[in-house]
Amino acid sequence: MYSVKVYVTYKASILDPQGEAVKTALHRLDFTNVESVTQGKYFELMIKKTGKNIDEQVEEMCTELLTNTNMESYTYEIEELTTVEG
Amino acid sequence: MKYAVIRFPGSNCDWDMFYVLRDQLHVEPIFVDYRETELPEDVAAVLVPGGFSYGDYLRSGAIARFAPIMTDVKRFAGEGKPVLGICNGFQILTEARLLPGGLRKNQHLEFVCQQQELFVQNNQTAFSNQFEQGEKVMIPVAHGDGNYYCDESTLQQLKDNHQIVLTYSENPNGSIDDIAGIVNEQGNVMGMMPHPERASEDILGGTDGLRLFQSFVENQQLQK
Repeated sequence: MYSVKVYVTYKASILDPQGEAVKTALHRLDFTNVESVTQGKYFELMIKKTGKNIDEQVEEMCTELLTNTNMESYTYEIEELTTVEG
Repeated sequence: MKYAVIRFPGSNCDWDMFYVLRDQLHVEPIFVDYRETELPEDVAAVLVPGGFSYGDYLRSGAIARFAPIMTDVKRFAGEGKPVLGICNGFQILTEARLLPGGLRKNQHLEFVCQQQELFVQNNQTAFSNQFEQGEKVMIPVAHGDGNYYCDESTLQQLKDNHQIVLTYSENPNGSIDDIAGIVNEQGNVMGMMPHPERASEDILGGTDGLRLFQSFVENQQLQK
């Protein structure tokens, strides 16, 4: 079994209006040293181990559905879980 | 010939489109459920209405792209036949990669619902031939995710191929180059954020939207 975490944000070149709004609100709370906020999406997936390459599978999930590659970028972490038999 | 209006869970303005086609243009509209796998025979054009298909989960239009009917809509578009996506329909067509770019949340984060003045940038398309080149038209918008984006090279391509059909005179959402509506490279697939079906009768405040429907209906009748 794999535990996979996927993080999706707007590409760096694209203004993230939600992040900007959150930053403004943090400034109002007196956290004036907040320089930037990026808001994004977070997915946790539990994926069964099969014969398929897990990196390729996750890559395809990201480009085919989890992100719109026109405007979003993604990173992911894959952790193989060790299961105790019996 | 029939005009297929696709209905997803969460579609709206589908009846408005149906009404415009049936009662004002006197052609034969037909509703097609998203679970169908094939469009009816003798379809002249496919219309993808506005709304919030699948609750806009993940991204607006992202899940609708996988609806069973979309495979045949892609086939239909691939044959060069007219497909028009309005509002959520525009979002669905970009997610389905029938149109370049994508729609982001409005820059000011607010839902906009208002009359909108547009410029006709290209009146040589199947969807805009009833307008004058450069004409100012009034068609309302109602969206939260209408902020069109594409990268620099795509934008250049849109300009070079005259794919930008409608622009805002005062940009309501932050879209790149004030883009309100585009066509694909072949010119047979159009997506737009404004709602022409809401501007198709004087009692609704104007008929500029009706001419957009007339454009492809008359085009179709000429081809008969």
